[in-house]
Amino acid sequence: MKRFLLFLPLLAAIIVGVVLFAGIGKDPTKLDSALIGKPVPAFSLRDLKQPETTLDEAVFRGEITLLNVWGTWCPSCRDEHDDLMWLAREKKVSIIGLNYKDNRDDALVWLDRLGDPYSKVIYDPKGTLGFDLGVYGAPETFVIDASGVVRYRHVGVVNGDVWERVLLPVINDARENG
Amino acid sequence: MLRILCFVVATVVSSMTFADVSAVYGFDDRSEEQRYQNLIAELRCPKCQNQNIADSNSPISKDMRNAVYQMMLEGASDQEIVDSLVGRFGEFVKYKPDLDSRTFMLWATPAIAVLGGLIVVAGIVVRSRRTGTAAPTLSAEEQARIDKMLAEKNRNGSA
Amino acid sequence: MYPELGQLALILALLLAVLLSVVPLVGSLTGRDNLQAFARPLTTGMFVFVGLAFTVLTHAFLTDDFSVAYVANNSNSMLPWYYKFSAVWGGHEGSLLLWILMLTGWTMAVAIFSRRLPSVMISQVLSVLGMVSVGFMLFIVITSNPFDRLLPNVPADGADLNPLLQDFGLIVHPPMLYMGYVGFAVAFAFAIAALINGRLDAAWARWSRPWTTVAWAFLSIGIALGSWWAYYELGWGGWWFWDPVENASLLPWLSGTALMHSLAVTEKRGVFKSWTVLLAIVTFSLSLLGTFLVRSGVLTSVHAFASDPERGTFLLALLAITILASLMLYAFRAPVVHVRSRYGSLSREIFLLLNNVLLVSATLLVAVGTLYPLVLDFFELGKISIGEPFFNLTFSPLAVATGLLLGVGTFSRWKKTDGGWLARKLLWPLAVSLLISTAVMVAYGGFKPWAFLGVFTAVWVTTATFWDLWDKSSSKKGRVHGLKRQSRSYYGMVLGHLGLAITMAGATVVSNYGIERDVRMVPGDVATVGDYQFRFVDIGERRGQNFTAQYGSFDVMLDGKQVAELHPEKRQYAVGMSVMTEADIDAGLFRDIFVAVGERISDNAWAIRLQYKPLIRWLWLGALFMAAGGFLAISDRRYRIRERDTERSAVSSPGQANTQRPAGAVS
Repeated sequence: MKRFLLFLPLLAAIIVGVVLFAGIGKDPTKLDSALIGKPVPAFSLRDLKQPETTLDEAVFRGEITLLNVWGTWCPSCRDEHDDLMWLAREKKVSIIGLNYKDNRDDALVWLDRLGDPYSKVIYDPKGTLGFDLGVYGAPETFVIDASGVVRYRHVGVVNGDVWERVLLPVINDARENG
Repeated sequence: MLRILCFVVATVVSSMTFADVSAVYGFDDRSEEQRYQNLIAELRCPKCQNQNIADSNSPISKDMRNAVYQMMLEGASDQEIVDSLVGRFGEFVKYKPDLDSRTFMLWATPAIAVLGGLIVVAGIVVRSRRTGTAAPTLSAEEQARIDKMLAEKNRNGSA
Repeated sequence: MYPELGQLALILALLLAVLLSVVPLVGSLTGRDNLQAFARPLTTGMFVFVGLAFTVLTHAFLTDDFSVAYVANNSNSMLPWYYKFSAVWGGHEGSLLLWILMLTGWTMAVAIFSRRLPSVMISQVLSVLGMVSVGFMLFIVITSNPFDRLLPNVPADGADLNPLLQDFGLIVHPPMLYMGYVGFAVAFAFAIAALINGRLDAAWARWSRPWTTVAWAFLSIGIALGSWWAYYELGWGGWWFWDPVENASLLPWLSGTALMHSLAVTEKRGVFKSWTVLLAIVTFSLSLLGTFLVRSGVLTSVHAFASDPERGTFLLALLAITILASLMLYAFRAPVVHVRSRYGSLSREIFLLLNNVLLVSATLLVAVGTLYPLVLDFFELGKISIGEPFFNLTFSPLAVATGLLLGVGTFSRWKKTDGGWLARKLLWPLAVSLLISTAVMVAYGGFKPWAFLGVFTAVWVTTATFWDLWDKSSSKKGRVHGLKRQSRSYYGMVLGHLGLAITMAGATVVSNYGIERDVRMVPGDVATVGDYQFRFVDIGERRGQNFTAQYGSFDVMLDGKQVAELHPEKRQYAVGMSVMTEADIDAGLFRDIFVAVGERISDNAWAIRLQYKPLIRWLWLGALFMAAGGFLAISDRRYRIRERDTERSAVSSPGQANTQRPAGAVS
């Protein structure tokens, strides 16, 4: 019995080792969204391109969309922009933009120069919708299903690999399970 | 009379402390200010390298501090404020973990460790009473050897 | 000097370390003295070559050799020379080189200060230390070579040392910390050697004890320096954040304290051997765990080095091999001893065992609290955070309990203590503690239950310690003679326990009675914090060697009289454009006044952070006392007897000194 007790520290060390090994390579700064399974929070903000129009959460109902949080101040957003254009054109993905803590004129110039992958862009200069969505750094991309419920949030740039591995499976799942 | 009055007024006015500056986030009550400081010390910045929102300069921390302040002005309780932020950013932003089935082992660890240790020590004391001897006794021969060795040592020590 | 020389030196050191791991060990197991004799020369050679590598790297820094990648990433031509010197350990690769320098240095010290140890023992101890060195040298040479070059595109200038590190703290904190971390490898090596050769007894404990105590003393200083540095450097006035990296240094300290006390029992009474050996293995394992956590990127921390999965994996493998092998050896070879002697329930042995229970529980608590988020993430149960609120709630009761136990245990006697006698001894400390704690509550303005408990415990420990000293120093030949008669080991203990009391008092008072305000001020405003008034005089620009700063001026007044003039700054560094807050502090033995400049709210309005910190210096003062106690204890007579012993036996009987007695010598 006593000899068995002496093996316990070894056992504990093995368990800790396995947990530590699993942790290597994971990025501790990528957090899951707290809104998964919940509808997009209510909001009332102007459309970026048509300032007289007001948009609300109903804009997400009807089809599965990506909600892309971006700003002209964010260098990574510039990096992913071309991939977003590809997604919109080639993959026919419906992307709604959230212009987060930005200047309207700068944003319009940006879209003009670089192309506009968005069906609509919500103008959120104070970041209130971003805050309610739990956005903590751009770029972030949400997958929202046809009933306006958040299915997934990706932190960081979207590229071909992210699309294939991460976003597409969620979209397919949303299609099957409404 | 007037001079005395002036003197009294002057004394009273000069003994008044300077009007205090407002806190960056101003409250009527010092205890509310303290409550605010405590709250922002317990909330974590979701973006930073392990900092609370009190010490972080990142924009999201500023937004969160602002939100805490606004909610306090609206009369929300500590729990409501924390829940509201957790509802948006996830439980990652809480430095004090909930007590639920997942974290039970975490909270129970100190109690289990101490209790377990006490039981072991009690066991040692009890078992030692049963099987232990009070003090080792020496045989006559061993005693004689020891006496000789001690005498030898004393001789060498003084030499 | 070519950097490649440094690389060559490391490789040679590695080869010598491999030989050191094998040759003396084989010699000890086969009884061949000639092989064992290689231990000391190999140790010396290993240390010399690592020293050479370190010198080469230092030279590269001091001469701005930016062809070396590590120098280019961590230095800059405008950096003051003393920061260039400490930048050697400012990054991952260089800090590992410091680690290995310390390890080979400690190995060298063991080789020098262990003449009277049996040859078998010392060969095995040095071999084990050699094995650890091999692991780390392989890690450096394969994954973290500080001598990698950037040829042919040598940058014109370096990327500069992180401004947070351009501080006195960098010069002292890592070396002291590493001396402690690495020093526990010696106790570990002694434990492994004892398991290998089966000689696990009171003598082994006596040899291990001074090495453990010194490592513990250095670690105490290292942790205190880290806390002090974070306090004045990070600009928010905190002194302990329960950050994973901070916890990583606290774990071996808690376990090391338990080990120190357990060794005392094993040395004096020859009992609890298996437990002590396990503690020695665990303490060094915790040091290694700390090294892993800081560099692997598994946990987020302000203090962490840049992470790299490849390095993390290698380091984890190194950890796994070392720890699993030691624990397996332990499981198979540790003695399973049945209780043979009798312990009174109030005996010193039992009190020290209880001390171990509390300290090990604290270690477990901090370890679980630090690693739990990883465990939950492993089981995909979400990402949670565990921080100050959790640790304060759970650690404080353990700390208080340890202190209360200490006070009682001070009077305990080996084997048996009379309960009634003990209770009577405690009356004075109880009365004094109640009195002083109440007075402190009144002085600082208000009863707070945890504050009362903390202060009470601190005073309790102090009075018990002095009361015991008074008792022991009573002598028919007078008090002075009684005091002189006590051993240095005893005074070491007194200092150590007083240090703990001082630290507890400081931590309790500053946590409960400190005041912090974040206020909006324009020049001319006056803010009130407690009894102090802060007048914001003005704020302007000033230039430093490699930065420009917004330089503020504050007058601090108490009861109308000016007590301090403070100049906090907000610096912008030329290279890298990073912005740093430099607080200004008026330090005092009984309180600190702390001012830091926050953000600019408008053209002339700034957010200013003001703090009143009572007794905060006691935190670090206590740690210094503890370390001083440790250093005093190892200078005790029993560790110096060896010179007289070896001389005497060289004269009286040839051959082995203390172990054998020629037949017939005693008549």
